[in-house]
Order: sequence, then C-alpha cells, then structure tokens
Amino acid sequence: MNLNKAPSNILDRPLDRPRSSDGVSLSAFAYIYSELVQYHQGRAASISELERRLESAGYGVGLKILELVAYRAKESKRETRLMSILHFVSSYVWKTLFGKSADSLERSIDHADEYMIVDYEPITSTFVSVPSDLGQLSVDAYLSGIIAGVLDGAGFSARVTAHSVKIEEGEVPPTGSGGFSVPGMPPRKEKAVFLVKFSPEVLSRDAALER
Amino acid sequence: MSSPILFVIVGKNEPLFEAEIDTHTGSQGNELSTRQNYFVLHSALDLVEKSAWTTTNMYLRVVDKVNHQQVSTFLTAGNIKFMLLHGGKGDEVIKSFFNEVYGYYVKLSMNPFYKYDTPITSKAFETRVRAAARSYLS
Repeated sequence: MNLNKAPSNILDRPLDRPRSSDGVSLSAFAYIYSELVQYHQGRAASISELERRLESAGYGVGLKILELVAYRAKESKRETRLMSILHFVSSYVWKTLFGKSADSLERSIDHADEYMIVDYEPITSTFVSVPSDLGQLSVDAYLSGIIAGVLDGAGFSARVTAHSVKIEEGEVPPTGSGGFSVPGMPPRKEKAVFLVKFSPEVLSRDAALER
Repeated sequence: MSSPILFVIVGKNEPLFEAEIDTHTGSQGNELSTRQNYFVLHSALDLVEKSAWTTTNMYLRVVDKVNHQQVSTFLTAGNIKFMLLHGGKGDEVIKSFFNEVYGYYVKLSMNPFYKYDTPITSKAFETRVRAAARSYLS
C-alpha cells in the first residue's frame, strides 16, 4: 500500500475481511500477549484477580468482534436464540480470530444452563507453560473474556470461565483442524474448556421463544 | 412541506448520538415540534424492545406511527438501536441509509479509544451520517 495515500480517518478505511496473508504473525501475537500477561501479573494480588484482569481485557474485544463479524456477514441478521449464538461464537467468531472453528461445542450433562466450548490448541495457551506456583491459572482467561463480551453484547449475559483440562487417554484431538502443528513439539496434554453459564433471564427468555 | 427527519442512536441506557436533519434549508422547526419529535421517537423504544426478540432481522422496519410521522428502527448485533423519525419514506431507502450508517458505526467501534455503549463524539462520524441522510432521505 502506498503510505502517502493511506486514509487518515478510521471511518474511511475498508472493513472487508483481510486476506489470510495479512494476518498478525504468531510470534508477534505471542510477544504482545506475553507482555499483557506479565503486565497484569505484576498488578494482581492473586491468581483469580489475574484471571479477572485478563477477562476484562478480552471483554471489550468481544463486544467489538461481535459487530464486526455480524457486519461482514452482510446478512443483516442478529442472533436471538441461545443455540445459534453459541454456534456463532464457536464457528464465525473463532474463524475470524483464529482462522479455524472451535473443536467442539457441548452441552453440560449436569446443568442445563451450562455449555462448553472446547479447543485443543488455543492460541493463548498452546505455547505457555504455567509455573507451578501459579497453580490453577488459565491464561485462556483472555479468550473467556472475549466470549463473554460477544454473548453480553448480543443480549445473552453469561459467566464464562476458562479451564485447562487434561486430555484423557485414548481421546484423540481432531486432526487437520488447522492447528499450529509445530514440528518437534510434543503433543499437548491439556485442552482448553470454556464453560459458559447463562443467567436465568436468558434461559427463561429462550424457553419462551421456543413456544 | 416536508416533515423533519430525526436520527438517534440509542444504547442500553442512554442516547449515544443525535442528528436532526433539515430536508430543506430555511424551514427551522420550532422548539415545540422538536420536543414532540423526541417524544415520539423515545416512546417508540418500548415497542422496539418488545419486537427485538421476535425477529432475527436487524432492520425492524416501521415500529411506530404517530399521525404522519413514522419511526423506523435498525438493531445492530450488539443491540444498539438506530432510530429514524420520518414522514413516510420508502422501506428500501431507509434500509440503505441504516446499512451505510451501520458501516460507519462498526468502523467507529473498531477505534480502540471508543468504548462500547458510550456517547459518540466523533465529528467525522456526524459529518458522514449527515451526508448519508442527505443523499438517501432528501
């Protein structure tokens, strides 16, 4: 692009999907994300506060990505149903952010208001090892904040938490899902599970729309 | 005499942006009718909330009619309401207008310094909305 002709105002720039080659490089993202985590780690008193801080950093991204993805779809459609917004998150939003869909979307067996989005290679934790003194910290909290932002913006308020779950023996991560597959890297022992717990109003509204 | 056009963007709790558009210069609307226009527009908000969950379309068409004035509404994916008070313009024209404004709105919200659901103070945004209103609605 000719820099002299670069549009000066954000309102004059195109909103179209960038070509896949224009994406942010993984190393650049990893560097910035590492700085983000360190910044918040130095200011948080506890692990849960650190997670909360990462979540709130992602929340604003979620609100913005919701509008952007909906606009790019060019269908002038909003999501009004619970299942369709979850599908929207796990496929469209995921594709925009990571270039692939989430690996699975499941409904909790024990609780009707809980859903799980599973990703075997989330960009925020695949290359991260959590020191043992930080215990249960999940650096995917940033992504759970993004999910919460999308859902909240669309009117589905929910509490979203990120968990690292051990991949069970015999459980085979889906291959060819567009993961990073760095040669020489050992297979991941954990997957990220994003637990989405909808608020009661959302569930009752969705039940009313069912009829 | 053409009726005045009023365009308002309403967030979750408060109006974020307002623009009164004179379709032809010279005819200054008096204060009373301006107030009445705002009243009509805001009273339509309840109807918007009601119909918001019954359709997946962003464009809700005309949601309220008072005398000769109609209120058309567009809901963004983030449930920000675009409301337009007008004197009976074509559905398709208004849809095009809303779509153009939606583009500006999404671009505006890509600005890292613009926080979701806060008043829009960008002069460039206002200029573009007014230009879009002139080209579609007059």
